Amino acid sequence: MNRQHAAWLLLAPAAIVLGVFFLLPVAGAFALSLTDYDLYALADIHNLRFVALNNYWALLHRPLFWSALGHTVYFVAVGVPLSMLVSLCAALLLHSPLARCKPLFRTALFAPVVTTVVAVAVVWRYLFNTKYGLVNEVLGSAGIHPVDWLGDPHWAMPAIILFAVWKNFGYNMIILLAGLQAIPAELHEAARIDGASTWRQFRHITLPMLAPTLLMVGILTVCGYFQLFAEPYVITEGGPLQSTVSVLYLMYDEGFKWWNLGAASAIAFLLFAIMFAVSELMLRVGGKEAGT
Amino acid sequence: MTPRLAKALINGLLIGGALVALFPMLWMVSVSLMQPGEASNLPPPLLPAQATLHNYRELFLRAGMGRYWLNSLLVSTAITVLSLAFNLMAGYAFAKLRFAGRDALFKGVVGMLAIPAQVAMLPLFLLLKPIGLVNHYGGVIVPAMASAFGIFLVRQYARGIPDELLEAARIDGAGELRIFVRVVLPLLKPIMVTLSIYTFLTAWNDFMWPLIVLTGQEHYTLPLGLASLAREHATDTELMMAGSVVTVVPVLLLFLALQRYYLEGLLLGSVKG
Repeated sequence: MNRQHAAWLLLAPAAIVLGVFFLLPVAGAFALSLTDYDLYALADIHNLRFVALNNYWALLHRPLFWSALGHTVYFVAVGVPLSMLVSLCAALLLHSPLARCKPLFRTALFAPVVTTVVAVAVVWRYLFNTKYGLVNEVLGSAGIHPVDWLGDPHWAMPAIILFAVWKNFGYNMIILLAGLQAIPAELHEAARIDGASTWRQFRHITLPMLAPTLLMVGILTVCGYFQLFAEPYVITEGGPLQSTVSVLYLMYDEGFKWWNLGAASAIAFLLFAIMFAVSELMLRVGGKEAGT
Repeated sequence: MTPRLAKALINGLLIGGALVALFPMLWMVSVSLMQPGEASNLPPPLLPAQATLHNYRELFLRAGMGRYWLNSLLVSTAITVLSLAFNLMAGYAFAKLRFAGRDALFKGVVGMLAIPAQVAMLPLFLLLKPIGLVNHYGGVIVPAMASAFGIFLVRQYARGIPDELLEAARIDGAGELRIFVRVVLPLLKPIMVTLSIYTFLTAWNDFMWPLIVLTGQEHYTLPLGLASLAREHATDTELMMAGSVVTVVPVLLLFLALQRYYLEGLLLGSVKG
């Protein structure tokens, strides 16, 4: 057997799996979004009609889509900067030469990342309980009145954001820590000899050197956070008053509760388009500021 | 700030951060050992007055958690073994074998990393329905038998294998497949461990796709069983915590045992940006 044949033989299984079970459905998703595929079509394919862009048009006139998009954007716009800030602080602490027992702290801070999101979401649902929850208990000891985290439409999304930050910050922390370790120590050495303060070293050496990593981590986190689903599904079930229904939550309900697969596909595609546009924008703007 | 004060501050913050990160999990374990209803006392207790395994018994005997546990183990193991084999083969081919269209094809693989899986979910459901994979373990396993991320990871790692080694084996008259099995696979062992633990954890923790494709309770994986249990038994705090412990502890232990490999994979994979 020559090398060409061997290569194709080795590639074939993965290519078939990805082609049939990923690329084909992705292409099909767009086609599906142009049809009125629903329960009737599921029963008998002859009921299927081509509706062009009607699904998209109908979505843009649906208040629930806009509110779901609003909740998702809220989650991304507050959750991503907060997550990044916590990740960066944790990475800086772990990188500090004064820190003790670094591997131990690193493992502890990273542990939430590997946990099952559904299981820890269940845990946090009880921690956020108004009466018996320990979150309010801690706030109470600081003199703050109990917050109805999961029952008040204004507080449900902040609660989910806090949970997401706790669950995810460790991931970016590891990447940023590697970024910090890659900055040559001589740079800080030289700045120290020139009398630069810790803050100025951070501002003028650490941040610029870390900028490309921060940008990459930021884009990946934005894309991940746009896919909000399991957290509201478990913690709030979309409530209260649908204040935590995300775009994917809407897609799931539309597709697999009401079986409007055509409309649900349009939702998926719109979300994908928005994610793509936002990460492209970040790349352009961020790339310019990082001076690359 | 004096160095001693700075040192105290930094280590104090680290201790505080680690406590916040670990507390929900410690609380989960503690409450899972309480008597039913105990966690709803005021003020909420941190430790059980008298530890009991009652909730775990209830979970396995009455709530069917044993079945979910085995389902999870079966699905995650099958995905890990199969996708490991397929991703290793493809990743090596991309890294070390020359064939027409290789670079274009690999660009395609990298492009796939940017497409969120949710876009494919609705048509995939319709594709799997006629072939009987909806409400079947295969519905979760088959689409996960290869991943763009896994191929990418193996390819990055396999590029480090020296070409001279492969040439020497060829001169000795070894066939390409024999070289792959005898020469290449032993060299890929570290990335095999990394990819296995990564895949296993992802499969074990996965929620949305199994929720869609596994419609009957008898096929539920742990996250699905736990989510449906949480909707039925919302007030049984102690029982739910036992369910969370049973779900989380296996992956936490696996991570602790192989954490070096896991973190390496995380860093290798993040270079894609």
